[in-house]
Amino acid sequence: MENRLTRLFQEKKENLLNVYFTAGFPELESTGTILKTLEKSGADMIEIGMPYSDPMADGPTIQASNTVALKNGMSIRKLLLQLEEVRNEVEVPIILMGYLNPVMQYGIERFCAEASRVGVDGLILPDLPLHDYEELYRPFFERHNLSVIFLITPQTPEERIRKIDNLTNSFIYMVSSASTTGNKVGGDEKQIQYFERIQSLKLQNPKLIGFGISDRGSFELACKYAEGAIIGSAFIKVIQEKENLEQNIEKYIREVKASETVAQ
Amino acid sequence: MKYAVDERGYYGNFGGAYIPEMLYPAVEELRQQYLNIIYDPSFQEEFNNLLRDYVGRPTPLYLAKRLSEKFGAKIYLKREDLAHTGAHKINNTIGQILLAKRMGKTRIIAETGAGQHGVATATVCALVGLECVVYMGKIDTERQKPNVSRMQLLGATVVPVTSGSQTLKDATNEAIRDWISNPVDTHYIIGSVVGPHPYPDMVARFQAIISEEIKAQLLEKEGTDKPDYVVACVGGGSNAAGAYYHFLDEEEVNLIAVEAAGHGIDTGFSAATSVLGTLGIIHGSKTLLMQTEDGQIVEPHSISAGLDYPGIGPLHAHLIESGRAKVYSVTDDEAMEALVMCSRMEGIIPAIESSHALYALNKMELKPTDVVVLNLSGRGDKDLATIINYLDNIDVPHGK
Repeated sequence: MENRLTRLFQEKKENLLNVYFTAGFPELESTGTILKTLEKSGADMIEIGMPYSDPMADGPTIQASNTVALKNGMSIRKLLLQLEEVRNEVEVPIILMGYLNPVMQYGIERFCAEASRVGVDGLILPDLPLHDYEELYRPFFERHNLSVIFLITPQTPEERIRKIDNLTNSFIYMVSSASTTGNKVGGDEKQIQYFERIQSLKLQNPKLIGFGISDRGSFELACKYAEGAIIGSAFIKVIQEKENLEQNIEKYIREVKASETVAQ
Repeated sequence: MKYAVDERGYYGNFGGAYIPEMLYPAVEELRQQYLNIIYDPSFQEEFNNLLRDYVGRPTPLYLAKRLSEKFGAKIYLKREDLAHTGAHKINNTIGQILLAKRMGKTRIIAETGAGQHGVATATVCALVGLECVVYMGKIDTERQKPNVSRMQLLGATVVPVTSGSQTLKDATNEAIRDWISNPVDTHYIIGSVVGPHPYPDMVARFQAIISEEIKAQLLEKEGTDKPDYVVACVGGGSNAAGAYYHFLDEEEVNLIAVEAAGHGIDTGFSAATSVLGTLGIIHGSKTLLMQTEDGQIVEPHSISAGLDYPGIGPLHAHLIESGRAKVYSVTDDEAMEALVMCSRMEGIIPAIESSHALYALNKMELKPTDVVVLNLSGRGDKDLATIINYLDNIDVPHGK
């Protein structure tokens, strides 16, 4: 079966919205509802975080959601079961994001096979070294038709960006500034220079800007310099409220994508 | 060097650099520069002068007569407890602060559990005049108030960490987050032989002064530079790494690692990582760590804050797996018994960490001809509140 991410990037080249949420948050069984509502509201792809006790690249909001999700009983096993149940109800590309240790304990090859089987299209493992991917794990990803997504930051040297671009077959996750998740994209001069520098590299893969995208303003700014953007912490705040979950999600996503909706 | 780190930062199956891209440039910069800087003659001169005049090195190698009689072997104590700030931790912070300065860094961050590494970091920051921020679990700031005051007196900012379990592993996560947000001007001084490559190797090299001195001192006292045993406690494992370093390839020297068993290995309140740990990734390093089946990191327990860590340095994981080092586990109660014994028999109040190593002498089968060097990694002054509280609760007549 064709990878849904590949198809998406062929069909749509701009204003791509990727929304992140932590599996098991706010409640253990929220996954299906959030997925379906996000798709209905216009998210182009969805990144699901596999909660971890020590999420070192994440800011306070996502950390706290990880803690709650683990307390709720979320695990890789549980998440894969949930995805298996809901996959035939949603067409949107799904990416799993998580730290390497829980995946390693599950078994990396087994994880790739199972994730693919339940309809996952891509993986983000931020602490997976490029070297380990190339030497050890690449065949698992390829065999199971899973995209691998790597991050770049303002400090990543060009040579390394080129290497990442060559290893990737879906999109490049462009971290907006030196920070953990949850800080705001302000569009200061330094940040714009970085966005322009990456734009000028003419990479073969599309770029999605993440970290600090929280509203329509920052989403539109990011989309000027990249094919799309990723919202994480701001969305976690939206779903903190267990009441009216669906309405809140719809309202928020429509607001972020307001200009696109009008254009259509 | 059979047990040295390889080019890619591994000790056998353990080590490496499992870090998010946000940390990669800073860690890579350090990896490219650390050996050139450390082995520059002017660095070595500055480092050695400070170790001598500021830290008070060499620390003595003391033949503990009464302990020797009790255990029926020659027991030497390497007196790291006499180093400035009361433990071996300062060897590493002196090295890293000089390195940070040469790399043009203007801001220093560190994590601390009990506060010893935080104090040693705050000390060297005061020494060279650099800004210092120390992350410490909120629970630890309450348990170790005197060390918080010490760090503040030395000019450091102490940030209480409220995420996760609010102890050492969370303080480490928070220091990493700070470094992610400040990758250019900041150097992160890790306090043990843990973290992504090159940290375990770099910290081991700075602590290697301990075994370098042991060899010279033992040669003078015993006519040989090879003891039969080198004994050290292991949490992350920096004092053990330093005490073993120059003996690693001398296989006739037995290396003894002593872990904290807490209430006992099978009680659920333990920090005996070599027994309870499995292969995984913690703080950027592939090593043995205590975790659930799902790969979530478990909170350890030890009465000693310095051994209360769910992982173990990758060098030690390799030494243990390969059989080069032998491990003993010592419980809270056993360590406290050894602490009292050493205080009363030698007039030395050891740190609770080092007391674990002392208790292991009971478990070893020693011969009268054996020469044992035990790394007394720190002094017990910092633990006084814990010690008094413990002894009060078990009704040992410590007032007499």
